[in-house]
Amino acid sequence: MESGRIPAASAGPRKPPWMRRKTRGDVVFDVCNAAFLVLFALSVVYPFWTTIVTSLSTEKEATEMGLRIWIRDWTLNSYRFALSGYGNVGRAYLNSIFRTAVGTVLAVIVTILGAFPLSKRDLPGRNAVTVFILITMFFSGGLIPSYLLIRSLGLIDSRWALILPSLAAGFHIIIMRNFFMTVDKACEESAFMDGANYLQILLRIIVPLSKPVIATVALWVAVGHWNAWFDALIYINSEKKLVLQLLLRRLIQEMTLLSDPMNSFMASENTRIPSEGVKSAIVILTIGPIVALYPFLQKYFIKGVFMGSLKG
Amino acid sequence: MIGGRRGASAHAGGGEAVVVIDDMRRRDLRRRLNKYWMLYIFLAVPVVLLALFHYVPLYGIQIAFKDYRIGVGIWGSQWNNFQHFKDFFGTPYFGRIMRNTLLISFQRLLFGFPAPIILALLLNEVGSIHFKRVVQTISYLPHFMSWVVLAAILTEVLSPQRGIVAYFYTLLGKQPPNLLMEAALFQPLLILTGIWQGVGWGTVVYLAAISSIDLELYESASIDGAGRLQRAVYITIPALYPMITILFILQTGGILNAGFDQIFNLYNPIVYEVSDIIDTYVYRVGLIDRRYDFSTAVGLFKNVFGVLLLLLTNAVVKRFSENGIW
Repeated sequence: MESGRIPAASAGPRKPPWMRRKTRGDVVFDVCNAAFLVLFALSVVYPFWTTIVTSLSTEKEATEMGLRIWIRDWTLNSYRFALSGYGNVGRAYLNSIFRTAVGTVLAVIVTILGAFPLSKRDLPGRNAVTVFILITMFFSGGLIPSYLLIRSLGLIDSRWALILPSLAAGFHIIIMRNFFMTVDKACEESAFMDGANYLQILLRIIVPLSKPVIATVALWVAVGHWNAWFDALIYINSEKKLVLQLLLRRLIQEMTLLSDPMNSFMASENTRIPSEGVKSAIVILTIGPIVALYPFLQKYFIKGVFMGSLKG
Repeated sequence: MIGGRRGASAHAGGGEAVVVIDDMRRRDLRRRLNKYWMLYIFLAVPVVLLALFHYVPLYGIQIAFKDYRIGVGIWGSQWNNFQHFKDFFGTPYFGRIMRNTLLISFQRLLFGFPAPIILALLLNEVGSIHFKRVVQTISYLPHFMSWVVLAAILTEVLSPQRGIVAYFYTLLGKQPPNLLMEAALFQPLLILTGIWQGVGWGTVVYLAAISSIDLELYESASIDGAGRLQRAVYITIPALYPMITILFILQTGGILNAGFDQIFNLYNPIVYEVSDIIDTYVYRVGLIDRRYDFSTAVGLFKNVFGVLLLLLTNAVVKRFSENGIW
């Protein structure tokens, strides 16, 4: 499995001669196509961009109607308020970092531990275990049976309820196993003959040669953890364990209700409702790590699509 | 290897050889178990986790057929003769959530499914590789965000007081509507924002399929006088058929997944009538009303129905073409 082909590589910068001749119809099409694609790209970028602008604008500007493309008076007040005054953004941030960091490291370890033995074609019982794993990919107990399990394990309101259930994922194990199977066996066997045990072989030979697949799985898991909110909604009760996504969700729910004129009388009673600017600042803080790592994430996620489409 | 042993046994003849082979196999098995013992310790970690977090909930599904009492547990609860299913088909919600689930999914199939194919074809016609890359990179962005974040951003864009959509309404001299609270607009809004979120990432597989098309095909077609449209219709689109078929079967199988994350973060009681789907209902009756057994029955109904649909679509597609998932 070589590194995934990048889709964009098809139309190289140098075009063959038969593509250079253009009729008038072709030119008209090209212009319309480019215009459409620019509009589409703007429709994706604008909502994110306007959120950044709002988060850096003064309160008065943030509540005005209109296109918000540039910051007239800019201020960091919203960020200051979000991180100190309102709610527990700082603590929620740490909670999200905790679940992402611990969850990702442990999940990668578990995935490697499952994938390595299954990459040995002559391991007795390999097929039975593979079937056992495949079944988990196609059938699930569903919401309530999973919830009842977490409850009977006493994990309600524990951070581990957000980490343990997703540690072993069939799809990740199979993808990684497929990659390990392509690693050269000869050097592994000779290490074994020289008296190395399989833990040493795994750490010194397999892991260093499998960085692309490990990075791909790690990023899948990490993005999944960072973006997860539903498990926290159903398993976590206490404020101090709230994750960032859920904090944001709660905020929007309150604000959407208030945007309806019928409910606006509630605004005076509920003083915890933050402003537009603060909400935007929290959104930006939430997506910050994803945007910062975006080029990297995109590359490995595309690689992952190709790893997933190869069957083993 | 087995063939070789068979040959040897024919040579030696009779039951004696079978014993020898059995013995060899057993010794070989013991040798491999000896060699690989540590690997079983490794394997035990994911196997135990999967057994606990995937198989135990599968066992728990049986409460769909029982009157679940927390005191006596899953096993001790009494079977109730499909009462939850009968109740579910009898509730007034049954019609509403089935109608919404199927309507939303069907619209996603009709409008959302072709969208990445069209975008991939349009991107493929772009001459400048840099322009194409920039558009692609931007288009993937919403795929990496949670629906909580997307809902936060979209409610702002759609806000009747501040959003850009409302701004255009006022430019036209009209009163801006509260888009997320209009029952008539809610489903189109779900479909549209769903496309907005997924279309870019959806092109990845199609662009990959396009990039594997032999360029000579295009060359000889254009020598024969085929224009751009003809090349797209007769070369590019047919090359995408296998991918289109697989994704179509999968999406049809998932037709009862109308998009829980998206709906759950965008809906509100005012638009429940047009946005309440099976999954949101399962959540509300299960975890808000705490009717665990009934909610599990509804979830099970959905999963079984989904598997049947997947098998059905696969069979129908196979009848009309060679493509299919299995």
